[in-house]
Amino acid sequence: MSRYRMHLLVCGGTGCKASQSDKIIENLNELVIKNGLDKEVQVVATGCFGFCEKGPIVKVLPDNVFYIEVKPEDAEELVNEHVIKGRVVERLLYIEPTLKEKIEQHKEMPFYKKQIRIALRNCGFINPEDINEYISVDGYQALGKVLTEMTPQQVIELMKKSGLRGRGGGGFPTGLKWEFARKYESDIKYIICNADEGDPGAFMDRSVLEGDPHSVLEAMAIAGYAIGASKGYVYIRAEYPLAIERLELAIKQARETGLLGNNIFGTEFSFDVDVKYGAGAFVCGEETSLINSIEGNRGEPNNKPPFPAEKGLWAKPTSVNNVETFANIPPIILKGAEWFSSIGTENSKGTKVFALAGKINNVGLVEVPMGTTLREIIFDIGGGIKDGKEFKAVQTGGPSGGCIPKQYLDTPIDYDNLSKIGSMMGSGGMIVLDESDCMVNVAKFYLEFTVDESCGKCTPCRVGNKRLYEILTKIVEGKGTEQDLKDLRELGEIIKDTALCGLGQTSPNPILSTLNYFWDEYEAHVKDKKCPSGVCTALLKYIIIPEKCVGCTLCARVCPVNCISGQVKKVHEIDQNICIKCGACQKACKFNAIERK
Amino acid sequence: MCKNKLTEKMFHELDVYIDSIEDKNGALISVLHKAQDIFGYLPSEVQLYISRKLDIPAAKVNGVVTFYSYFTEEPRGEHVINVCFGTACFVRGAEGILRELEDKLKIKAGQTTPDGKYSIDALRCVGACGLAPVVIVDGKVFGRVKKEEVSSLLKDI
Repeated sequence: MSRYRMHLLVCGGTGCKASQSDKIIENLNELVIKNGLDKEVQVVATGCFGFCEKGPIVKVLPDNVFYIEVKPEDAEELVNEHVIKGRVVERLLYIEPTLKEKIEQHKEMPFYKKQIRIALRNCGFINPEDINEYISVDGYQALGKVLTEMTPQQVIELMKKSGLRGRGGGGFPTGLKWEFARKYESDIKYIICNADEGDPGAFMDRSVLEGDPHSVLEAMAIAGYAIGASKGYVYIRAEYPLAIERLELAIKQARETGLLGNNIFGTEFSFDVDVKYGAGAFVCGEETSLINSIEGNRGEPNNKPPFPAEKGLWAKPTSVNNVETFANIPPIILKGAEWFSSIGTENSKGTKVFALAGKINNVGLVEVPMGTTLREIIFDIGGGIKDGKEFKAVQTGGPSGGCIPKQYLDTPIDYDNLSKIGSMMGSGGMIVLDESDCMVNVAKFYLEFTVDESCGKCTPCRVGNKRLYEILTKIVEGKGTEQDLKDLRELGEIIKDTALCGLGQTSPNPILSTLNYFWDEYEAHVKDKKCPSGVCTALLKYIIIPEKCVGCTLCARVCPVNCISGQVKKVHEIDQNICIKCGACQKACKFNAIERK
Repeated sequence: MCKNKLTEKMFHELDVYIDSIEDKNGALISVLHKAQDIFGYLPSEVQLYISRKLDIPAAKVNGVVTFYSYFTEEPRGEHVINVCFGTACFVRGAEGILRELEDKLKIKAGQTTPDGKYSIDALRCVGACGLAPVVIVDGKVFGRVKKEEVSSLLKDI
C-alpha cells in the first residue's frame, strides 16, 4: 500500500449521500488527479460522522480540520486552498452558535467533546468498502485472539465481566445470553444479528453497518465461537439499500481473506454469514418473530419459553444480538472487561449510541457514556432546541418508550433510570419535542404506528391498541370525555400486562407517560376543548380581529366554503359552524387580522 | 403500462433465480423480494406460480405477502413517491407534505394515479433524520422538503 501525506475523508452515509456527497468525492478525485497529487493525497468515502445536521461532511487528515455543508462545487476551493496551499477554507468551518466562533478542529466542537466512541469508533474514519482499512485499525485481531488464546468459556466469562447489555431494547446481559445458548447440546447452532431497525427515528444500526460492517462480522464470528455456532445470519431491513450493499461486500471480502469460512486463522473453527432481508414489519425486531421471518413465515412472535437459546432458528439453539451490541465486542476483547466496565453506571456499562432528531439544532448520531444526563445530550451536544423555542419533552425508546418532561432533564441515563421514569432505552432513538408539539397528538402518532404494525396474533395488542387509538382520535377531535381519560389508563395497563410479546407489552407507554407528565394537556383537550399547542385542527378557531380588519373582502373571496361574510370596508366575520379550518383566509389576509387559537 | 405486464421472460428470470437457491427451506421471502423486483408487484398469478414452484400452499404464500408492508399486490406507478413517516419527519411536517401530494395528484397514500404514472406511499423511517422531512422519489432521497416545494418536485419528475 502506498503512503499518503493527506487524507480527505468524505461522509458516504445515507444522509450525506442524499446531499450529493458522491459528487463531492468524484470532483475531489478529479482535481487531485488533475494536480498530479494522486500519489500524495487520498480521497476516502467513509461511513457516517454522526453530525448529519450539517452534512455533507469533509474531514482533512492529519490536519483534523472539519468542514460542514460542503457542496460539490466547493471541491475546487478545498483542493486549491487547503490541499495545495495549506490554507484552511474558513467559510466551510463550523460556527459555534452561542459564541459565534469558527471551530477548525473536530475535537473542539461541542458536538464531539462529550462523546466517547466505542461502537462508532470507525464510522467516519475508515473506508467501509475496504477490508484492509478495517484490518489496519486492529480489525479481526480480537477474533484472532479469541480463536488462538481463549476457550469459549473464557470468552463468555469476559463478556459477563464486562457488563455489556443488549443494545437493541431489552438490555439483557450479552454474556448471559451466550452462556445459555452454549449450554444446550446440538449438532448445529446459529448466531443472528438483528439489524431490523424499525424504531422510527433511530438509525444507529444503519450507520454502523454502512460505516463499519466488518466489526459486526468479526463480533458475530466471536459469538459463534463462544456458543459453538458455525452459521450466522444478518437480518436486515430492505429499506436500507446502502447498508445491504456494504454488508454484502464486506462478507465477500472477509470470505476471500479467509476471515469467514472454513478453518479461520488455521484453527478448527469455521463460521460463515449470510444476509436475510426483512420486508417491512416492525414486530420482526422481536427475536422470535425475527426467527419466524428468517424461516420464510409471517413474522409473528412465539410464547417464551422456550427461549431462542434453547429452540431458535429451525428449533436449534440460537443467540440473537443487535448490531450495536456486536460493534462493542471487538474492543472489549482487545482492551479487557475492566476497561469497558470502568465506563458507565453501576448496572449499565459502556456507552450508548443515541439518534438525536426532532426539534433540535444538531440532528445526528451521538455516542456517550451511560450515565450522561439528558441535559448534556440535548443542550451541550445537541446544541439546544431549534429556532430558540422552549423544550417540552424528549421521547426515547420509540413506540415502546415514553415522553420525558423537563423535570427529568438531569437524570443520568441508563437502562434502569429510564424505565423508572416510565420510558425505556429501546434502541436509542431520541426525539426532541418543543412547545409547539401537542403531546396528545404525539401519543396518537405512536399508537397509529403500533396499530399498523401489530401482527394480530394476540387480542390485547390487536384489539386493545385499536381501542386506545380510537379514544385518542376522539380526544383530538374535541369529542373526548373525562371517562375517556380513565379508560385510556385502565386499558393501557391491561394491555401491558396481557400482551404476548415486547411490542404489545410496551405499546401503551407513549400514552401512559404522557398521561402522567402532561395531564393538563389531556384535560385541556377534554374539558376546555382546546389544544394548548395549537396543533389539533378540530379544536382551533380562526377569528377576525375587528381592530385590524379593513374590510378588503379578500378573505371572503378565498374561503372555499363561503363562511366569511361582511360588507366592503366593514369588519368581516367567520361563521364557526361552517368553517373547515383550512387557514386559507389567514394566509390571504394582508393585515394580519386573522388569528388562529 | 408495459412495466406491469407479466411476460414470459420475467417468469424465466424468476425460474433461474429459484433454481439457483441451494437450500429452498425458508427461501420464500427472498423469492418474493426477487419476484417483486422483476414484476414490480405480486399479483395472484405470480403468487400461485411461486407456490407451485416452491411446493408451498398458496394460502401460506398469500399470508406472507399480505403480512409484510414491503410487498404489494397492486401494480405501482411509473414513479413511486414515498414520504417518510418516521417520528423525526413527522414532527418536522411530513403530514403536511403527504396531504399536499394527495391533493395535487388526487389520490390517497397507497394508491396509484389512473394514468399509472404516480404512486404515493407513507414509508417508515429511512434513517435520514438529519434531512427531515424526507421524500423519496424513485429511490432518490430529497431532504428538508417544504410543503410549498411539492409542486416543483412533481414537475421535475
